[in-house]
Amino acid sequence: MSEIDLTPIRPAIENYIPMGRAGLLPALHAAQKIYGWLPEDVASEIAKALRVPLADVHGVIEFYSMFYNEPVGRRIIRVCTDQACALKGGDGLLNHLCKHHDVEPGQATEDMSLTIESSPCLGLCEQAPVALVDDDAETNISPDFNEYELGLPRSIVYGSMRKLTANCGEGTTSLEKYGEYAGLRKARTLSRVQVIEEVKNSGLIGRGGAAFPTGIKGEGAERAVGNQKYVVCNADESEPGTFKDRVLLTDDPHQVIEGMCITAYAVGASKGYIYIRGEYPYIVPILEDALREAREAGYLGEHFDIEIRVGAGAYICGEETALFESIEGKRGFPRVKPPFPVTHGLFGEPTVINNVETLCNLPLIIKEGADGYRKIGTEKSPGPKLFCVSGDVTLPGLYEVEFGMTLRELLEMAGGVAGGKSLKAVLLGGAAGVFATSAHLDIKLTFEDLRAAGLSLGSGVVMVFDETRDMRDSLNRLGHFFAHESCGKCYPCQMGTQRQMEILSRVASGKTLPEDILRLQDVGWTMTDASLCGLGQTAGSAVLSAIKLWPELFDAKTAEAK
Amino acid sequence: MTDSLTLVIDGQEVTAEQGKTLLEVAREMGKDIPTICFHEATTANALCRICVVEVEGQRVLQPACVVKAGAGMKVQTRSEKVIRARRTILEMLQSTMDLSEVPEIQQMMVEYGADANRFPDAQRRESEVIDDNPMYVRDYSKCLLCWRCVQVCADDAQYTFAINFDGRGFDTQIGTFFDKAIPETSCVLCGQCVGVCPTGALKPKREYLLEQGMPPQEIGVLNTGRKQRKAK
Repeated sequence: MSEIDLTPIRPAIENYIPMGRAGLLPALHAAQKIYGWLPEDVASEIAKALRVPLADVHGVIEFYSMFYNEPVGRRIIRVCTDQACALKGGDGLLNHLCKHHDVEPGQATEDMSLTIESSPCLGLCEQAPVALVDDDAETNISPDFNEYELGLPRSIVYGSMRKLTANCGEGTTSLEKYGEYAGLRKARTLSRVQVIEEVKNSGLIGRGGAAFPTGIKGEGAERAVGNQKYVVCNADESEPGTFKDRVLLTDDPHQVIEGMCITAYAVGASKGYIYIRGEYPYIVPILEDALREAREAGYLGEHFDIEIRVGAGAYICGEETALFESIEGKRGFPRVKPPFPVTHGLFGEPTVINNVETLCNLPLIIKEGADGYRKIGTEKSPGPKLFCVSGDVTLPGLYEVEFGMTLRELLEMAGGVAGGKSLKAVLLGGAAGVFATSAHLDIKLTFEDLRAAGLSLGSGVVMVFDETRDMRDSLNRLGHFFAHESCGKCYPCQMGTQRQMEILSRVASGKTLPEDILRLQDVGWTMTDASLCGLGQTAGSAVLSAIKLWPELFDAKTAEAK
Repeated sequence: MTDSLTLVIDGQEVTAEQGKTLLEVAREMGKDIPTICFHEATTANALCRICVVEVEGQRVLQPACVVKAGAGMKVQTRSEKVIRARRTILEMLQSTMDLSEVPEIQQMMVEYGADANRFPDAQRRESEVIDDNPMYVRDYSKCLLCWRCVQVCADDAQYTFAINFDGRGFDTQIGTFFDKAIPETSCVLCGQCVGVCPTGALKPKREYLLEQGMPPQEIGVLNTGRKQRKAK
C-alpha cells in the first residue's frame, strides 16, 4: 500500500481542533474532501488532533453512509431509488449507469474514477428521477437518460398563497432583496415573554413531523436554567418525499436565519446551529453566504451567531436528540427522553430545536401578530402549510396552501393524476406516514382532521400512486428504507426493520408465506409500541395502513395463484 | 412523608420512594419484570425494551428500567400490548442470534409463549470466533448488543475506549478501530467487558479452551506464568 501523505490534514482541520469531539464530523468531511475516503492513518491523525478515542472515531465513520473507510471512486454518483424516483424509472437509471460503466451498484470502476451507488430519497422528488453527482443535483433525467439538468436544483412552487414562499422560485434571495429583518426588529421591541406569548397565541405547530406546539417549546427553554442556551435548525430533511426545506433554504435562507434570531432572542440563546443533511451539499455555500450577509448587517455577531453542520447520510439524525449527538461528534443514536431538549439538549444545555418550515413561520407571526396570523388556516391548525406533491400527478412541486384545504382540492390544484389515470393511493406524511385512498379525498389536510381519520400530516408529503402501480413494490422500498436507516440501538427497531424488510421483500416477489400478515402486524405493532424513538415508532405505520387497505396483497394464496 | 409517593401497579396501590424507577418499585413488590440489557453497574440505556410496561395516558409503552415512578401513575406490567411486544422481541432475538448460553432468555421464551421458529428464512447475525489475545475470545454470533462491554470499556468504568460499534441497524457489531486485533488497541485486558457480558459472546480464554475439549494442564499461558513466578 502506498504511503498516504498526511501533511494536508492539519491545515484542513485546524479550525475544528479547538472544538474537540464536536469538531469530528466537520473534520472527517474536510479529510474526505482531500483523500476521497478516510484511510486508517487519516482517521488516526484526526483522532489524535481532536483527542477522541480511536475506536470512537471508527464507530462514527461506520455509522454514516457518506463516510467511507474503504477507497471509493474519485467521483460518486448517488442514484435515488426511493419511492418517488422509483415511479419515474430510478431503478432503470441505476442499472443503465452501472451497465454503461461496467460496475455493480456500490462498486467503483477499475480505474477508481467513479463509484455508483443507490441512495435513499435525495429530496428532489418533484424532479424525479434524480441523482447526486458529487455536490451537484442531477434532475429531470429523461426516460432515455440522455437529457438532464445538472447543478443547483430548480424550485418549483405552486399553491394558493405565497407567505412562506414569497421569495421562492426565482433563485436565492439576497439580504438586499429580502430587506431588513422586520420581524426581529419588532420582536426586540417586545419582552422575551411577550414574544413567546405571541408564538403560543398563534397556535403554531411544528412542521417537522412530530407536531409539537412551537410556543410551548420556547417557553420551556426560556424558563430553563443553563450555562448557555442553543437554537438548532433541523434541516436534516430526510423523510422520503419531503423537499420543502430544500426549497426554503435554497431560495430564502434569510427567512430561516431570521426565525432563528427571533427564537434566540426569545429564549436567551447565544449560539445556533443549522444541521443540514449531507445530501444537500449544494445548499451549504448558499447558507454560508447568507450567514456572512447577516453578520455584516449586524443580525449575527457576539450576542448570537450560527454555525453550519453538515450530516453524512443518516435519516435518524432528523430525530432531535440523534441530531444533537451528531453535532457532538458521535454516532447518531437517539437519547432516552425525558429529559427533553428544552432543559437538556445540545451539550446537555437548554435547547430549542425547530424544523426549517417552522422557523420560517416566526417572522410572519411576529410581523402580523398572532391574531393576523390566525386569519389563515383553521382554529386548531392555523397558518400556511407547505405540501410536497410528487409521484403520479400532472404538476409535481411544492404547494403553499392554507390549512383546511381537502386532499381532493390539493390534487386538483396539482392537475390531478397524471395521464388521466385514476388514483390508487396517496402516501401521506412520508415513509413514516400512512397510505390514503380515494375514500379519503374529502378529508381536510389539517392536524386535527387527519388525526381523527387515523392519518397523519407528517412532514407534508403527498405522494401519488396511480391505478397501475403495484403497491407491493412501494412497500418493499419502505421496508428497505427503514432497515437501512435504523440506528440499531433499540431491539424492536433494530431487528423489526430487518424482519419487516425480509417479509415485504417476499411479498413483493410473490413468495408470501402463510401468516406473513400476522408477522408483519406483530413486528409493526411491537415497533410502534415499544421502540425508543420516533423512527421505530413509525417504521411500521405505512405497512400497517396498507394491511388495512389492501389485505389481499399479503395473502399467500394470491401470491401462489400469480 | 414528603419524599414518598403513591401509584398503582397492576391494580395494586403501592407507596414508593421518590426517584425510584418503575422496575425497582415493581421488584420490591415481588413482581417479575424481565430485563436483558439492564445491569446495576452500568448506565441504563433502555434499549432492549423487554422491560416495557403500559402507563395510562402514555402513547407508547415505557421502559421500566429508566422511567421513574410518579404520583398517581397507573401501570400495567402485563397488558396485552406489553406481552405482544415482549413475545415479539424474544422471537426476533431467537431468529437473529445464538441464545444457547442464555438460559434466562430461553426461560422467558417459554413464559411468553414465544415461537422459536416464528421468522422462517430470517437473516441471522453470524460471525467467526475472534481469538486474538491471551485473555478472552469474542463470539459475536452470541452478541445481543446490550452495549454493556462498550460502556464498561468507556466511561462507565475503565476509560480505556478500546471498543465501539461497526455498522449500524441490524448489521451493528461491536468492533475495534479498523478491526484491529485486541493487543493492537488500547485494551488493558482488565476483563470488565467479559464480566458484564450476559450471553457468553465474550468469554475467558481458559473457559473457551476447556469447552473446546483441551485438557486443563495444556492450557498453559497463565498457569505457566504463575508457576514461574512462584519458582523464583
